[in-house]
Amino acid sequence: MRTKKLIPVNEFCDNHHIETSFIDSLQDTGLIELTKLKNSLFLETNQLQQLEKILCFHYELDINLEGIESISNLLQQIDYLQEEILGLKNKLRLYETS
Amino acid sequence: MNFIDYYKILEIGKTATPKDIKLAYRRLARKYHPDLNPKDLNAKNNFQQINEANDVLSDPEKRKKYDEYGENWQHAEDYKKAEQNQEQSSNHGEQRYTGSQGDFSDFFESMFGGTAGGSRKRQVKYRGEDFNAELHLSLIEAYKTHKQTLTVNGEKIRITIPAGIDNGQTIKITGHGGQGINGGPNGDLYITFSISNDPKFKRLENDLYTTADLNLYQAVLGGEITLDTFNVKVKLKVSPGTQNGTKVKLKGKGFPLYKKEGQFGDLLVTYTVKIPTNLTDKQKSLFTELSEF
Repeated sequence: MRTKKLIPVNEFCDNHHIETSFIDSLQDTGLIELTKLKNSLFLETNQLQQLEKILCFHYELDINLEGIESISNLLQQIDYLQEEILGLKNKLRLYETS
Repeated sequence: MNFIDYYKILEIGKTATPKDIKLAYRRLARKYHPDLNPKDLNAKNNFQQINEANDVLSDPEKRKKYDEYGENWQHAEDYKKAEQNQEQSSNHGEQRYTGSQGDFSDFFESMFGGTAGGSRKRQVKYRGEDFNAELHLSLIEAYKTHKQTLTVNGEKIRITIPAGIDNGQTIKITGHGGQGINGGPNGDLYITFSISNDPKFKRLENDLYTTADLNLYQAVLGGEITLDTFNVKVKLKVSPGTQNGTKVKLKGKGFPLYKKEGQFGDLLVTYTVKIPTNLTDKQKSLFTELSEF
């Protein structure tokens, strides 16, 4: 069985000095997923990196939620395109003389 | 060590107000932040520069010192001595954006002692910086699961590279990036593999491609050839009348599937028919005879 490492949302918010309502709104927009256990909300540790990136966009770069959503979509597209470029480059190697 | 014009970096004039500096910094940080420019080293360098410029210009004391000594930064030592006598402590200041702690120019370190001035407004726990590295492998090395020892920031890490890793594929080694800040977790190490071309085999995903020469007689009359696959020799039957460029597929003789033990792609062989050259008179007459049929 796969075990999940969870962090209580309250604890995360305390550590980062942010409002829990911000995390709620991130969940509402689908940018992060929270796990509910016994009436408490938890974050999976594998989302930490993404969440810290979002916090940086919002609190340090002054980007609002709509902007963060757009950026996240564009970053996903960049990932997809980079994968596609890599696949095409690898295909091109078939025709290259070594 | 060259003088760095922090005003120029932030694209502001020397009379800029703290608000102008803040706005310029925010504008440029949004443009060059590494999270917004993945894999762009120029953006990372620019971001470090604007961070440094902001660190100096947004702190009144540092800005004063910079304005005073700026181009004559060599005198900063004298300033430092005077400063030590005063035993000043600066416990205020703007929070620097994350992702580049400790990355200051020699100029900055010479003038301000090497660390970001002022403490953070918030003692926030941050993950450490992620490190990126590139590892070169030959196709043969990528064919088999093997272990390699890497040295990252002076620390030796032994990693297992699973067979079937692809060119350009990146794997994550959790916790081997930069140290966490204020007790935050360490960053991760990302290793991207660069797999060199092999003179005999080409690879596309899990399939291998190679060529096999047939002489004219094998192509016309058929026969059997011995072919080197990636790890063993196999015997191949050649059908009579095989054309130049004919492709045959050897199932399961290709590259191992990544993290799928015992599963392999295919080997695709393209036949190249070699036309005989330097024919003897007798051979020429036999071909002429054949051509008349």
